[in-house]
Amino acid sequence: MDTIFMYCSLYVAFLMLLSLYRGLVGPTVLDRMICVNAIGSKTTVVLVLIGLLYHRVDMFVDIALAYAMLNFVAVLAASRYFQKRKGLHDEV
Amino acid sequence: MNKQEQEKKSFFFYPFLATFIIMFGVWVLLSGKFDLFHISLGLISCAIVSYLSADLLFPSPKIGGLLGQWARFVRYIPWLMIEIMKANLHVTYLVFHPRMMELIDPRIVKFQSKLTSDLALVTFANSITLTPGTITVDVSLDGDFKVHAIDKASGDPLPGEMEARISKAFGED
Amino acid sequence: MDIIVCLFLFAGLFFFTGGAVGILRFPDFYSRLHPAGKLDTLGLLLSLIGLALFNLHHFSLGALLTSAKIILIVVFVFLASPTATHAIVDAGVRAGLAPWTKGEERR
Repeated sequence: MDTIFMYCSLYVAFLMLLSLYRGLVGPTVLDRMICVNAIGSKTTVVLVLIGLLYHRVDMFVDIALAYAMLNFVAVLAASRYFQKRKGLHDEV
Repeated sequence: MNKQEQEKKSFFFYPFLATFIIMFGVWVLLSGKFDLFHISLGLISCAIVSYLSADLLFPSPKIGGLLGQWARFVRYIPWLMIEIMKANLHVTYLVFHPRMMELIDPRIVKFQSKLTSDLALVTFANSITLTPGTITVDVSLDGDFKVHAIDKASGDPLPGEMEARISKAFGED
Repeated sequence: MDIIVCLFLFAGLFFFTGGAVGILRFPDFYSRLHPAGKLDTLGLLLSLIGLALFNLHHFSLGALLTSAKIILIVVFVFLASPTATHAIVDAGVRAGLAPWTKGEERR
C-alpha cells in the first residue's frame, strides 16, 4: 500500500507541474490565481498522503487543514485586491 | 416591561445553545484530548465565542422550525451529490474530447429567481457553482442571477428543478 | 478493503487529471474556471474519503478522530471552493474582461 501512495503522490506532483505551466504563461493575473487555487487543493491531498507514508497522519492532517484555510484566505484577499485594477488584459 | 425582557432573553438563549454545541463539537474534534484541563478550557472559550457571535450564525430568533429545516436540508444533499457527479462526468468528457473547441459554446444566462431569503439565495448560488458547467457570476438581493454556462446543454435547465428543491428545503413554497 | 480505497483514490486522481488538462486546454479565463474550481473539488472529495477509509484500517479512538478531521477538511473545502471561485469571477467581471464566444481566437 505504501508503494501505491508513493506513486500517487508523484503523479499529483506531476499534475501540479502541468498546472504551473498555466501560471507561468497565463495571459492575465486571474489565470495565475486559478493556478494558485488548483495547486493549493492538490497540495492538501499530497500532505495527507505524506502523513500516511510516514505513519504520522495525526500530525499532518492538522497541517493539511491549516493549508486549506490559508489557501482560501489567500485567494479571497488576492481577488479583492486585483478587482480594483482596470485593464487587466494589458498585463502580459 | 417584564414580558419584553423575557422575550429578549428567549431571543438570545436558543441561538447561543446551538452555537455552543457546534463550537464544542469542533473543539473536541480538533483537540482530541479528554482530560479535565482541556475540556474546561474548551468550555470557557466556546462560551465566550458563542456569546459574541450567536446572532451571526442564527440571525432568526425562532428556533422552532430550525430542526425541521435542517432535516429537509440534509435530505437535499444526496440529490445535489448525484447531480454533481453527473455534471462532473460531462465536463470531464468535454475536457478530454479531441475537438473540444467546437463543442463548447460559452454564454451568459440571465434569469429571475423566486427565492426570497438570504440563506436560500446563497445556497442556490453555491449549488450552481458546484454543479460543473455553470458558474454564478452575479446575484442581487432581489434574486437576479447571471450565470456563465460552458455549453448549451448545461445552461438550459436553469433554474428548473434545483430551485424547486431548494425552495422546498427552506420552506418557501 | 484495500480495493475500495484504491478505487476511491484512483477516481479522485482521474478527476484531478481532468482539472489540470482542462486548465491547459480551455480557451479563456471564464471557461478555465469550470475545471479548476470544480473538478478539483470533486477529486479532493473522492481521494480524501478513500484516505479516511484507509486510516480506519487499525481501529482506535485516535484513528477515528483523525478520519473525522479528514472529513472536516472535505466539508470545509466544499464550503470554501465555490466562494473562492465566485471571488475570482467577480474580480474578472469588475475588471471588464469579456467572455470568449464561439469563433474567436483563443487567448
